[in-house]
Amino acid sequence: MSMRNVGIVYRKELTEALRDRRTVISTILVPLLLFPVLSVGFGSLAVTLVGKAKEEVPKVMLRGGEDSPAVIEGLKKLDKIEIVPETPGWKDQIINKEIRAAVEIPSGFQADVAQQKSDTVKIFNYQGEMKSEFASDKIETYMKEYRDKVVKERLAAKNLAETVLKPFEVNRENVAPPEKVSGAAFGGIIGYMVILLCMTGAMYPSMDLTAGEKERGTMETILSSPISRMHLVLGKFFLILTAALGTAALSVLSMGVSFSVLSHYTGKTEGGRAAAAEFVLKLGPKTVISVFLMALPIAVLFSATLMTIALFAKTYKEAQSYLTPMTFVVIIPAVAAMLPGVELTPKLSLIPILGTSLLCKELVAGTYHWNLIAIIFASNCVYAAVALFLAIKMFQRESVLFRS
Amino acid sequence: MIEARALSKRFQDKKRGEIRAVDNVSFTCQPGKIYGLLGANGAGKTTTLRMLATILEPTDGTAIVCGHDVVEQPEKVRANVGFLSTATALYRRLTAQEFVEYFGRLNGLDEATLKKRVDDIFNRLDMNGFRDRRCDKLSTGMMQKTSIARTLVHDPPVMIFDEPTNGLDIMTARTITAFIRECRNSGKTVIFSTHIMSEVEKLCDTIGIIQSGKLLVEGSLDQLRDKYAEHELEEIFVKVVTPHFVAEEAN
Repeated sequence: MSMRNVGIVYRKELTEALRDRRTVISTILVPLLLFPVLSVGFGSLAVTLVGKAKEEVPKVMLRGGEDSPAVIEGLKKLDKIEIVPETPGWKDQIINKEIRAAVEIPSGFQADVAQQKSDTVKIFNYQGEMKSEFASDKIETYMKEYRDKVVKERLAAKNLAETVLKPFEVNRENVAPPEKVSGAAFGGIIGYMVILLCMTGAMYPSMDLTAGEKERGTMETILSSPISRMHLVLGKFFLILTAALGTAALSVLSMGVSFSVLSHYTGKTEGGRAAAAEFVLKLGPKTVISVFLMALPIAVLFSATLMTIALFAKTYKEAQSYLTPMTFVVIIPAVAAMLPGVELTPKLSLIPILGTSLLCKELVAGTYHWNLIAIIFASNCVYAAVALFLAIKMFQRESVLFRS
Repeated sequence: MIEARALSKRFQDKKRGEIRAVDNVSFTCQPGKIYGLLGANGAGKTTTLRMLATILEPTDGTAIVCGHDVVEQPEKVRANVGFLSTATALYRRLTAQEFVEYFGRLNGLDEATLKKRVDDIFNRLDMNGFRDRRCDKLSTGMMQKTSIARTLVHDPPVMIFDEPTNGLDIMTARTITAFIRECRNSGKTVIFSTHIMSEVEKLCDTIGIIQSGKLLVEGSLDQLRDKYAEHELEEIFVKVVTPHFVAEEAN
């Protein structure tokens, strides 16, 4: 096989691709800008909003409680809560966000507590509204602390130890290192993004180099040159593969930079620091290389498959209508891998996209199941080889090249 | 030299069944001569020429181009052929020079030979004014010159022209016909298809009339005039083609 000819076609396709605005946008700009916009943009906005919401002093309306001065006094002393007196239309005020919550102390509450009668304190809020939830949480925490204090006093009065009511504690302790915790939480997303961007990166060039070439009338020009069709298809294939891997590489790079910028930026406020701790994900070079090695056969599979399908089309638009449904074929198994409880097993590892996606999740978490890695890599190589073989065969069929 | 030996091409059509686009066509084109393949639209001209250029593979029969079999050695055939048609477009995002160089490299030229050949062709065709301009910014005439340069870059002994002036304005068409003459004068074997009678009259040494995929008659213009007792090629063409056309319509 003459690699010289494959190289000539590849270099020419690369020159053309880099001069094409649509290719540059889909393979370079989108992956570079997608994560900064999504994470630094929306992420920092979300973190800032959560931080600000936590720092805001919400207004909470007090209903009743005139005969329970100690409770009222305690509520008024609460940090970062403004207790306001009852006014008509309080429910509408909560809905309209004029006040964040209301607390109803039943009549004779303090006396009832003293006489060991049971009462109910009601907290009214706007469910799902962040600031209203924060205000309600503060009131609820205070009331629970007050209840615990009453219980303690009653036990003390009867000379009983606190352990009567709480004979033992139940504690949960994380033994996984931070990168494994964040990997388990976000690893699925990394695999999903790499796989999806491999696909989107390959999509535009695969259409442009096949159906686009037919539409522009250059297919006959190139077929009249002495290059063999196998060399031609390989030159085109390598360009599509470059676009697929380039898009995925740029997206991971962009993702890494975005996460570090996000953690740096959000560290400026106290609320932001707390929220940012949940978002931070560290990707080491070993993880990045592993994810890319596993993405390689998938990228070959996508490049060859998309090129074969697009080759059937007579025009670029027709190719678009064939390839758009392919996105769902890729998204469904990739999303399935993100579902909680879906674990990597030998059987699942044979399913092309699902296996890789699940493996990426494990790799990001720092777990290396070498036998499953071997199964996934080998099976994906087989699928990729079959797809590439089909692409070469299709390029030799006149009924496909000159379909009318 | 081109020697077509019982060339045939059949296509399968879902509605019409089997279509015989080219049916048992044989002819010979000599070096230093222009062979004109004359036929109406859909007569089988393009399919015949595409088989000679090995873009399509014959269903039956074969052709020998410069001693190479189109079925057995398609890549060697293509290395000896320059193929030009209105369907052979340019790569829009390459410059005229890059486009010609690309095809030179695909034809196996080394960089030193390629540079010399490209400079030579660009000077000869007066293309230096737009050699660094992208093909999508070229006028129709410039595009045709670039296409010509592409067919010449490897200096092939055989030139195949498929309706090369179709849809072109008169000045651009004249550039093409002048180029075809030049190819003959330099000793190349030239085959050229058209449905424009005046071009055939002006250019061709041998004329083959094709209809429904069959080569109906072949000879020089004078031979055809004698045989059909008509002076105008158009009248000769109508006389040759009409019986087959009527039969085809009846079917």
